[in-house]
Amino acid sequence: MKAVEVKNLYFKYNKEWILENINFILNDKEFLAIIGPNGGGKTTLLKLILGFLKPNKGEIKIYGKFPKQARKIIGYVPQHISFSIDIPITVFDIVLQGRLKKGKFFYSKIDKQKATEVLEKLHIYYLKDKRIKDLSGGERQKVLIARALVSEPKLLIMDEPTSAIDPRGQTEILDLIESLNVTRIVVSHDIKILLRKVDKIAYIHKKAIFHEGPKLNIPKDKHFCEIELINFLKDENCGI
Amino acid sequence: MWDLINYPIYASILIGIAIAVIGSLIVINKTTAITGSIAHGSFGGIGLALYFGISVILSASLFTAVLAIILAFITIKFPHRQDSLIGVIWALGMSIGIIFLSLTPGYQSDALSYLFGNILLVGKKDLIFMGTIDLVILISIIFLYNRFLAMSYDKEFLTLRGINANYLYTYFLILTSLTIVMSVRAIGIILILALFTIPSLIAEKWTKKFFYMMIISGILGTVFMAGGIIISFYYDISATPAIVIIASVFLLISLFKK
Repeated sequence: MKAVEVKNLYFKYNKEWILENINFILNDKEFLAIIGPNGGGKTTLLKLILGFLKPNKGEIKIYGKFPKQARKIIGYVPQHISFSIDIPITVFDIVLQGRLKKGKFFYSKIDKQKATEVLEKLHIYYLKDKRIKDLSGGERQKVLIARALVSEPKLLIMDEPTSAIDPRGQTEILDLIESLNVTRIVVSHDIKILLRKVDKIAYIHKKAIFHEGPKLNIPKDKHFCEIELINFLKDENCGI
Repeated sequence: MWDLINYPIYASILIGIAIAVIGSLIVINKTTAITGSIAHGSFGGIGLALYFGISVILSASLFTAVLAIILAFITIKFPHRQDSLIGVIWALGMSIGIIFLSLTPGYQSDALSYLFGNILLVGKKDLIFMGTIDLVILISIIFLYNRFLAMSYDKEFLTLRGINANYLYTYFLILTSLTIVMSVRAIGIILILALFTIPSLIAEKWTKKFFYMMIISGILGTVFMAGGIIISFYYDISATPAIVIIASVFLLISLFKK
């Protein structure tokens, strides 16, 4: 079953093409890592998939629907550093926000039960009544993942989930993402994500995806490393 | 004494309710500059009312609501230039007010009372208007509490949940404009910003839930106003600056709390 289908996608900003002729298919429950340097178009692609931006050409389908119509089944995890942490808001209140929807003004018992279940599943129930500013970067990121999961999404999209987090926190976040049984798209400039059980990799840098393929074991796939990612990885440890 | 200060004390309570909700939302949404712009811009509505001889409340309400919509549009469409554009609206509203006042025959002492405010001059009609706006604010916060909180934390996520965050934001600014109109006679355009933000800034430090932030800031706002009124009564000084000075002292003390 096709979860995400991107066909002949073009997007330009200020007369400059940011994305050109992007094509890929992601199947149900697959894990796609979108990597590439900053400014390469990763976040733009993510915003197109979320329906926050409109493509100039081409189309995106999420479980057969256009992004705006598919929002109900998308869970989105933005970067935890994008928000003001001074707001007096508890972890539980943030997670409950994932249950908000059009025409609904109050949280039900079921909403609170779902939020509790997700917090328990992610092993952060003990943080429930803590104010968001009192948490570490890794804990804040887990809270945002919990907020996305509480809406029971079919597709989970994460933007730089390991940025500004200490190494131990990064490992925990990546373990968590790997264990989730939903379709996942993770945008990251951190190539350590390739060490994980990703099903597909999209490398975006200046307009194009260089690679989109079947399940790969990157550390052992010398060919992939040398040919496809050579420019990107030349300053990194290619063997990872 | 009570006969002289009963209306001002009722006004303190009614403005305190509005400050509790709107003041707290202003602080957590970082819309202090926008509030200042609407407050000063409201002088345009006052100037128009005095020139055409129509109700100040009606004219200022409509004028500030339009300003709120313009400011919402500006901040959504031009986020990178919003600070400068907010300043332009700030000056534009005041300029319109000054022009219409200069065209109005006679000495307009009434206009000055709106600039500096005088809570001791609040009348029964003002209290009825304040009560009506409070009712609108309270109904709004009961139904929109979860959305306002989500909007304040992460507007984009709210949009993703199928709720139009831009409409909600515009509605919040319209509520802000109505709160300004209901308070302007009592507090004055120039000092309104302090009273709208200081109680919430103090309250924010004492709680981890937004709901309690609103309650604390409402109580503080009312206490500061009542304190200012009593001091002004005994020492024969202007009430509004006394209110702002009391509030500022408490803010300074609260800054030492970690």
